[in-house]
Amino acid sequence: MSADATTGTIAAEQGAAPAAPRVVLEARNIVKVLGEGARRVQALRGVSLTLNAGELTLLMGPSGSGKTTLLSILGCILTPTEGTLTVAGRPTAGLSPEELADLRRRNIGFIFQSYNLFPTLTAEQNVRVALDLRGERGSDAIVRAQRALQRVGLGHRLKSYPSNLSGGEQQRVAVARALVGSPSLMLADEPTAALDSENGIAVMQLLAEIAKDARRAVLAVTHDPRTIPFANRVLRIEDGLIVGEERRTEGVETVHQLARNRKRKANA
Amino acid sequence: MTLTLAFRNLFHDRIRLAVTLVGILFSIVLVAVQLGLYLGARNMITSMIDRADADLWIMAYGTKNFEEAQPINLREKFTALSTPGVASAVPLVTSFTEWRKPQGGSTLVLLIGADAEDGGLSPWNVVEGHVSSLGARDAVIADKSYLSDLGVKGVGDTAQIGAARVRVTALTDGIRSFTVTPYVFTTLNRARSLLDMAPDSATYVLVKLAPGANLEAVRDAIRRKSTDTDVLSKAEFRDRSLNHWLFATGAGIALIGGAILGLVVGTVIVAQTLYSSTKDHLNEFATLRALGSSAGYIHKVILAQAGLSAVLGYALGMAIALTVVELSENTALPIVMTPALATLLLALTVGMCAISALSAIGKVMRIDPAMVFNR
Repeated sequence: MSADATTGTIAAEQGAAPAAPRVVLEARNIVKVLGEGARRVQALRGVSLTLNAGELTLLMGPSGSGKTTLLSILGCILTPTEGTLTVAGRPTAGLSPEELADLRRRNIGFIFQSYNLFPTLTAEQNVRVALDLRGERGSDAIVRAQRALQRVGLGHRLKSYPSNLSGGEQQRVAVARALVGSPSLMLADEPTAALDSENGIAVMQLLAEIAKDARRAVLAVTHDPRTIPFANRVLRIEDGLIVGEERRTEGVETVHQLARNRKRKANA
Repeated sequence: MTLTLAFRNLFHDRIRLAVTLVGILFSIVLVAVQLGLYLGARNMITSMIDRADADLWIMAYGTKNFEEAQPINLREKFTALSTPGVASAVPLVTSFTEWRKPQGGSTLVLLIGADAEDGGLSPWNVVEGHVSSLGARDAVIADKSYLSDLGVKGVGDTAQIGAARVRVTALTDGIRSFTVTPYVFTTLNRARSLLDMAPDSATYVLVKLAPGANLEAVRDAIRRKSTDTDVLSKAEFRDRSLNHWLFATGAGIALIGGAILGLVVGTVIVAQTLYSSTKDHLNEFATLRALGSSAGYIHKVILAQAGLSAVLGYALGMAIALTVVELSENTALPIVMTPALATLLLALTVGMCAISALSAIGKVMRIDPAMVFNR
């Protein structure tokens, strides 16, 4: 892959790899204009990128650079003013809000900075909501929700309400909720921003592990440099343009080691 | 999950839930009382017409209701009897008159004179004594709910109608008058005597049709022969009486107006509380939207909230309404609760809550799901 700093475009570079990674998301020349009249702002100025299955990509940039707007568009929550977006092989142009909601429901898992859990539901029920939205109910849905929580290490907190969970645990419930529907794309908005170092690392480890799945791409918007070691790829955005890309060659195992070392240091 | 979410949203804020339930409860009780009074009034207005064994009523031209009718000549009875398809024609006398209480003072009563053996109109729900006791000298039958109004204690007590002595020989239960004027039953001839009516006069002639006779044809035939009278079917006379008392006097409009007011107040209260509850949970609805929920799913959550409020409010409201109905049983204007009214109230409550949910649904549908990234 290469980044064109002039246009903010990243061209997919398949190279000589024996098997090309599956493209889960493809955005081309995304422009987003927010507001009207004197308040008109061009938040995105022609962003192109692809997200491949089996990769954890970080989108980093300063405040106001367009990270969240881009995440909203990639998540089919906002529609671009110009440009094309294809998610899980389906072009989003011309889709109605209900069709976009359907696309989100079936293909995208979201993790939010403030977790956005339902305070009146237990951890298991919070996870089950994502299945319920897809019409998956009954005992199968309960089992799947419980498995998702076990996978994020919260098998013992199924009946706990968010108010009784730590920030890290709440974020792991949010990860389980995003994961339970087996989406091909997971989008995380500042997943570590509200967490302490230890919990932040734990969540990033989780995302890195989830991204190992060859059917799934993970994109995390962040400004937290502690997250970089967990990523396969880092995209940098400034003033509504992708200005750089770093493909990390270190394996996630190395990153885990790095995290363990950091933890050991902290304990010492 | 929609029901769970709705239930938890609702019970999350107990104070707001209490306000919602009080709003619904207030509305249900108000509507139940108003419509119950309306039904009670209808029953009272038509009770004599419903109870009389008559297919057709012949009465003075322009009669507006059962209570206020002018006398007609008894020849109308024979006119009717000479009409093909008529099996019987029975005279009935009614008129307001003064009842003088034994301890002094007087009250207005509606005296009804009919001979039980003619099969026209006899007292019913006799709880003490017998209808046949009317054969005794000076006998009258009154309703026990009016005993204190009549200044008597029960069977055997005497009073006066005009200058003549009357004696209560039996008591009925639940024969109440919409005009709050007590009904007093006696025989046809005694009524004529007490009311100073001519022996060849009556207030109504009750016509019974022969089996297989066509009601409209017989009615039209009698009308052609008897041009100075009104000849009405039972249904027509019911409608005319109801129309007079409930709508011409405005009493029914007031009752229905009260019921509508109750519904409006209930709807406003429920709408306000549902709206503010939805506003409080806006972030959760935005999260649902962001996670890909369909508009229908969110509608279901809000409607389930409204439905749960409706069911709870209805249960509490009906419990209070039934208590009020029970307490009103022995009053001059009892409130009636029927299975049909209870069902109607449930439908109104659900409808009221569904309409109330519209503002909340409108609010949620305007959410920008992107707000989930700005928290």
